[in-house]
Amino acid sequence: MARRIEIALKDHIRDPRGERIKREIEHFLHLPVERVRTIDVYTVDAELGYAELQQVAAGPFSDQVIQDWYLDTPAATGFDYLVEVGLRPGVTDNVGRTAREAVEYLTGRPFRAGEGVYTSVQYLLSGKLAPADVESISTGLLCNTLIQRYTILDAATFAANKGVSVSVPKVLGEIKTTVKEIDLEVSDQELMRISKEGVLALTLEEMRIIQSHFRDPQVVTARQSMGLGPRPTDVELEALAQTWSEHCKHKIFSGTVQYEDETGNRQEIKSLFKSFIQRTTKDVREKLGDRDFCLSVFKDNAGVIRFNDDWSLVFKVETHNSPSALDPYGGALTGIVGVNRDPFGTGQGAKLIFNTDVFCFADPFYDKPLPSRLLHPRRIYEGVVEGVEHGGNKSGIPTVNGSLVFDERFAGKPLVFCGTAGIMPATINGRPSHEKHIEPGDLIVMTGGRIGKDGIHGATFSSEELNENSPVSAVQIGDPITQKRMFDFLIRARDKGLYNFITDNGAGGLSSSIGEMAGECGGCRMDLAKAPLKYAGLNPWEILISEAQERMSLAVPPAKIGEFSEMARRFGVEVSVLGEFTDSGYFHILYGERTVAYLPVAFMHEGLPPMQLPARWTPPRHEEPRIQIQDDYTAELTQLLASLNICSKESVVRRYDHEVQGGSVVKPFTGAANDGPSDAAVVRPILDSFEGVVVAHGICPRYSDIDTYHMTANAIDEGLRNYVAAGGSLDMVAGLDNFCWCDPVLSEKTPDGDYKMAQLVRSNQALYDVCMAYNLPLISGKDSMKNDFYDGEVKISIPPTLLFSVIGRIEDARKAVTMDVKSPGDIVYLLGKTDNELGASEYLALRGFVGNRIPVVNTAMAYKRYSAYHEAVVAGLVASCHDLSDGGLAVAAAESAFAGSYGMDLDLSRVLWKGDESGRNDVTLLFSESASRHLVTVRPEHRAAFEAIMAGNCFAAIGVVTDGPVLAINGLGGGTVIKASLDALKDAWQRPLRDL
Amino acid sequence: MARARAIVITGNGTNCEIEAAHACRLGGFDEAVIAHISDLLSGDLRLDDFHFLNLTGGFLDGDDLGSAKAQANRLKYARVDELSEHLIDQLLRFIQAGKPILGVCNGFQLMVKMGLLPGFDGNHLQQVATLTFNDCGRFQDRWVYLKNNPASPSIFTRGIEKGVYLPIRHGEGKFVAASQEVMERIEAGNLAVLKYSGPGYGEPTMEFPENPNGSDHAIAGICDESGLLMGLMPHPEAFVHRTNHPRWTREVLPEEGDGLILFRNAAEYVRSKLL
Repeated sequence: MARRIEIALKDHIRDPRGERIKREIEHFLHLPVERVRTIDVYTVDAELGYAELQQVAAGPFSDQVIQDWYLDTPAATGFDYLVEVGLRPGVTDNVGRTAREAVEYLTGRPFRAGEGVYTSVQYLLSGKLAPADVESISTGLLCNTLIQRYTILDAATFAANKGVSVSVPKVLGEIKTTVKEIDLEVSDQELMRISKEGVLALTLEEMRIIQSHFRDPQVVTARQSMGLGPRPTDVELEALAQTWSEHCKHKIFSGTVQYEDETGNRQEIKSLFKSFIQRTTKDVREKLGDRDFCLSVFKDNAGVIRFNDDWSLVFKVETHNSPSALDPYGGALTGIVGVNRDPFGTGQGAKLIFNTDVFCFADPFYDKPLPSRLLHPRRIYEGVVEGVEHGGNKSGIPTVNGSLVFDERFAGKPLVFCGTAGIMPATINGRPSHEKHIEPGDLIVMTGGRIGKDGIHGATFSSEELNENSPVSAVQIGDPITQKRMFDFLIRARDKGLYNFITDNGAGGLSSSIGEMAGECGGCRMDLAKAPLKYAGLNPWEILISEAQERMSLAVPPAKIGEFSEMARRFGVEVSVLGEFTDSGYFHILYGERTVAYLPVAFMHEGLPPMQLPARWTPPRHEEPRIQIQDDYTAELTQLLASLNICSKESVVRRYDHEVQGGSVVKPFTGAANDGPSDAAVVRPILDSFEGVVVAHGICPRYSDIDTYHMTANAIDEGLRNYVAAGGSLDMVAGLDNFCWCDPVLSEKTPDGDYKMAQLVRSNQALYDVCMAYNLPLISGKDSMKNDFYDGEVKISIPPTLLFSVIGRIEDARKAVTMDVKSPGDIVYLLGKTDNELGASEYLALRGFVGNRIPVVNTAMAYKRYSAYHEAVVAGLVASCHDLSDGGLAVAAAESAFAGSYGMDLDLSRVLWKGDESGRNDVTLLFSESASRHLVTVRPEHRAAFEAIMAGNCFAAIGVVTDGPVLAINGLGGGTVIKASLDALKDAWQRPLRDL
Repeated sequence: MARARAIVITGNGTNCEIEAAHACRLGGFDEAVIAHISDLLSGDLRLDDFHFLNLTGGFLDGDDLGSAKAQANRLKYARVDELSEHLIDQLLRFIQAGKPILGVCNGFQLMVKMGLLPGFDGNHLQQVATLTFNDCGRFQDRWVYLKNNPASPSIFTRGIEKGVYLPIRHGEGKFVAASQEVMERIEAGNLAVLKYSGPGYGEPTMEFPENPNGSDHAIAGICDESGLLMGLMPHPEAFVHRTNHPRWTREVLPEEGDGLILFRNAAEYVRSKLL
């Protein structure tokens, strides 16, 4: 019989968790609540004696200094309503898993099959609340009903029932496993019904390709020899759906595009990926010649570049948007621990050295109605921030760089970008570490977590728009500790050469990982009955495609499996041998003795013809606002500093450990009070060396409202100029592209698909042009193409977004530069010219306009200037440097000044101008977001040397750092157009998100 | 000549092992071995063969039952494969041999929850204090000024003039004593080695963010009466070089970071007393 152990804080101990919930109830739901206390509940469903239960309750489950425990008796007292929230059956219960291990250590007996510990939390609410209030607190704040269940009891019912009754959220599935055959000899309509209802996300054309494959007489004969009939099994259909999903196959990026520009010129593009992304890297590498530093690009889970003779760097950035929309906490947690497996599963395996994250949300203070399926942006914000906090911190990987971007359209789908870099010895056991191979006969080995029904159809569901019926099962909850244990083990197995090949189990589960590995050596034979399950009752197709987390797939030579398994046992990591790799040409899947899938590897990987995609570019025209010339812009600057895209994100950043592993050099916050926003991060991955890794990013989705070509050019430039600002070298720097688009496929649902596709083409054109000019090879990337919400009535499409991440090297991290001004008397330089480029700027957004004059990147001038600036950095001549982006010069100057706690006197008449004089005025000089500019300060004694190095580039001394705590900017008319105390500016900048 | 050997235990969520080992080497240890807990449980490594034990930071078992609770339970009950003893026997032997132990962050939580600290009267298995959720309710990564108690018996903080500046990175760092008597005894014995203070290392403070978690008596770190066992929430291993400092680009700082002195003192103690 299951028993309840409840753990309550002693009366005099503060309950910060309860206090936080109280604040959130007041703040967001505006309900009167006097007090919230919390109680932890463990439901122990295992054969334990009474004394053992007492020992467990008093020992590992409670802290006697601050808590009391209750066995079989309720702990709750003194409340008006009690809400108990626990997980639904089958949802990963990390605390329950740890609790179970603790019991096993204590008793010395392992749990038997079916036994377990389940956790839940009680919230005791006091206050004048109506039942409906408690219901809305429960569903609006305490419980995500998708993955959790809740019980509400008022005090009287609680007393009458003598507490909350015991319930065990065990999965009770049917034990009988079945394999269905699907009849594809049906009408087109019926084919589409099969695809839609099965969440296969296959188009009619794809269904027909599958249909004709199974008609092929040779296929029929081959199948007969394996005991299979002419109809595909559900296992086969699901395997194809995963392999061919947009998520895994990138059909849009590999499709054939018919592009027509605004002048009617037509162009056929065969695969955007090959024509632009792959070509960029190929051409840049050729241009670099001997200086090429790429080691492995596009073919593995992450890109690999050279760091120095002894070490190689690995980097990957992923998105986890759709799961985060449904379950922000679990989705984002899985996002970060999921992307960790990419560098870990690259080459022979890399040690992880930092995370990056960029989130795009709607306004957390949004107060208009939302379509029913959408969670409020504030819940998404809270959940995502916490999910990545737990995933990153618990994995012991510092989160060193990131940003938060806001736009109302991200209410349709939030974007959750998570990146991870790793480092590995350049050679391991005599082989280059970025290479790996599979020999036929190698064993198929899975390590880590067990398989459950979690994450079924993740790959296919994220290949569709979010809708009313998006499946619950697609959501998983990650477990950083299980993964960490596995990594601790695998890195040692790597160094002992115990495996030949390693890859991640992510989207599509075993179907994708083993499918891809089978592609490496030409086939596999795998028995799904050997896969370890979380609970009985999974059908073979579910085992094959489950995206249950914390799993890696490996190829282990038979001679080494003994040592591999023994080491895994000692590290507490589960290992299962599922079959072997072959060169049969077949993806051969069994369940016990019975063949359940028999697909030619070639058909899986090359059976799909390219999609045909129309694209037509018509440049949008927006209303051009009249620029209002005023005497003073202090109020505008203050408002800009308080806008969501510019304001301080410190309340979020401080929740992320950005220093673990000991190599932190430039942290997210810097300056006199450790609160100025850094442009880039610098990390020393090898602690006894001063060589540093520099990482930065650029993202500017607002610019897509005018032209995605320039959105892309500006994002790349922003990434590189942030990188350069901190001291990154141009000799070894690479880029990663993450495209998040709204559906660009013309259809009934998406009548403007050809425009969105044209936006994608233009973005890719810029990617090639700018990366070529900047010598930036693309080493990895990802696309997420269906970031829309559609419930049949309301459609919300995100603005097309490119996150451009930049990673490279600084020869000596002790030369790194931060953005805070350093001392009074230092000369302030603005590098680069300013133009009338307010289009899609934060300044116009503040006034409710988009405008048209988008910043245009001049790559040739910028690259030359960046190189000269880097020379000045190496020579130790730069005191501070801050990049100009959102909000232009005024915002950058304010940030540098208040970060350094010194004022600045600037003169706009000395700012270099390009283009038409008619657009030159105080507004454009202050707030234009012209690209490629840096605000630099230099000590007076370094003036001559700095100017000598910068000679031949566009730069101008525009003012001086002052002792007084005031930012003062003179306008073209000679009068002061901005004058504000640093405290006031900083307060405006810090206030908006300070308390979130 | 005998070698000074430090050991850093990792596994199940420990995160700071590499920089802790690095700090041990910089501090003067000839060897700093990163040992996975399975190396100890299998009997391949024994604590007896080392002079200085580091219980370092991380999220042991995800802090799922409260920080470090599950590891405290594991160390208490886990058996060593090859030897007929529990790991706790090795640990108590280590203490009896007069060898120093430093617990940082999660390691401090572990020491307090096992009862290793404050370890009154040499009873190292009786929990009399705890570390619980920060008053602000959130994990925090920020730098703090720690006022040193020069009268403390801690061997780790010898020679610190006023205090040290180090980062904290935790969600459960609020020090709470089980009773007023316990707190009085900690104070009377000068066992509260480091306290959160302001930039001048003046009076201890209860104000956020200088005191980032609301610790009673502003306690950031304590030691036992012997001074050989010490734990602290801030991370000394995270500040061993000036480039770790958040303001190194604007201040004139010595090459060596404030945290290194703890490891240097441990190494000197080992050399003078144990080799």
